[in-house]
Amino acid sequence: MTSLVELDGISHSYGGPTVLEHVHLTIDEGAFLGVIGPSGSGKTTLLRLVLGNLRPTEGVVRRRAGLRIAYVPQVETVNWNFPITVSEVVLMAAAAKWYRQRSTKSERQRVSELLDQLGLGGFEDRHIRELSGGQQQRVFLARALHREPELLVLDEPTSGVDVRTRHEVVHLLTDLHRSGTSVVLSTHDINGLAAHLPRIACVNRELIAVGTPAEVLTSSVLERTYGAPMEVLEHGGMLLVTDSPMGSE
Amino acid sequence: MTLFEPFQFEFFRNGFMVATLAGAICGLVGVYVVLRSMSYIGHGLSHSIFGGAAASAVLGVNFYLGAGMWGLLSALMIGRVARRGKIGADAAIGVITTASFALGLALSNVFGQAKRSIEAVLFGSILGVTTLEVIAVACVGVLTVAIISAFYRKLLFATFDPEVADVTGVNVGRMEALLMLMLAVTILFTMKIVGVLLISALLVTPAVIARMVTNSFARMLVIAPLVGAACGAVGMVISYHADISSGAAIILLAAFVFIVVYTVTGARGRGNAGGMIH
Repeated sequence: MTSLVELDGISHSYGGPTVLEHVHLTIDEGAFLGVIGPSGSGKTTLLRLVLGNLRPTEGVVRRRAGLRIAYVPQVETVNWNFPITVSEVVLMAAAAKWYRQRSTKSERQRVSELLDQLGLGGFEDRHIRELSGGQQQRVFLARALHREPELLVLDEPTSGVDVRTRHEVVHLLTDLHRSGTSVVLSTHDINGLAAHLPRIACVNRELIAVGTPAEVLTSSVLERTYGAPMEVLEHGGMLLVTDSPMGSE
Repeated sequence: MTLFEPFQFEFFRNGFMVATLAGAICGLVGVYVVLRSMSYIGHGLSHSIFGGAAASAVLGVNFYLGAGMWGLLSALMIGRVARRGKIGADAAIGVITTASFALGLALSNVFGQAKRSIEAVLFGSILGVTTLEVIAVACVGVLTVAIISAFYRKLLFATFDPEVADVTGVNVGRMEALLMLMLAVTILFTMKIVGVLLISALLVTPAVIARMVTNSFARMLVIAPLVGAACGAVGMVISYHADISSGAAIILLAAFVFIVVYTVTGARGRGNAGGMIH
């Protein structure tokens, strides 16, 4: 299996304490990886190192030559007052000749098809603020998909969305993965998202464990990751993680 | 006295053309300035360029060359200090540009530049605008439109979402430098007519007016220059008839248009410009 990105012994700090330390992680072609960990554990830093917009203070990041990566940021970071329509968001990421920056008919057609596929047909001229949380998330997904990426990186794709939207996002990502796109995402949502993925990485300043949900979602790994006692139950063939504030008896 | 009386004078025709072009250019560049929350940089850079203008006069260097280099140097210093992260960009602008402004004032005091000349730089004057300067401002306008047309998507991406733009292959640092260069050149070539103290208003007001009436970035890039050009042109005529400085007339007119649009567009307009009007 070809590796798309390889983090080889990377550490990173923003000038203060080390945020990530000696991380070794490989993202192979066809990966569908969820990165979990508490707030401030270095999940977003890890994603930014994969993306290449951060350089590690130690170690090496190797990306396959010519790898097409697309990134979907947290919707909380978007400036919703910015004067921009749905089609303008999707088109901004498209490459264009310097003399033809305005959208062409074929580009608009492609954007319409993409928005149709994501259930956003007819929303091209709407301002992004006028959409629901799930629709907003899909607009940024459409912008990423317009680049036809081989590796799609998403930061907290289900953060701040309702249950229905979360299901939509999970199904969309699963379909994308089935169609051949490798996916890496960070999430706080262990039960709603991470437990459904084939591979999970637990991070808290260091890489604590990587593996299938059955290998990783154990009380000991989760306690090391989150620094608090957690219980893992099985329900209908699925693993369910609960925190146990009083500790295990 | 008729409305068109001042057009018989060449100095007024030159001033009128420069004010109209200045309004359009400031409106266009102002879209990026307000959407990137760089209004304070525009304000600071104009002050900084005043220091450069005074130093150029003392050293006998060409105004545009001296003040332009000074302004660009200030912009780069602001960027460098802010990137180091020890102090915020607003504090860096406050220190660097006001120090430059103060130096300009001190040089003017020591070397005895005429008070009237300083007033003209601070508040704008239509006197002494040459045909060559009209051509120079027109060239700046053409260059600005060319740059924005050629880098439309990259500038938009870097303005809206710099982190993702960076990942997508847009050189965000280069786009920021390009914007700073456009801003410095715009201020340099338009400050004579509008004045150092008032130019930031011409950068901000047309863009905010445009934001209140549209939700589309592309339409904002058309509306803001039109509003700026109209304010520049009509403001010049008002300036002549009311015998007030050109900068004051243009900015007061822009403020009046802002109040009208703010009132007419109501809650929708205020919602659109939510991040800009506090």
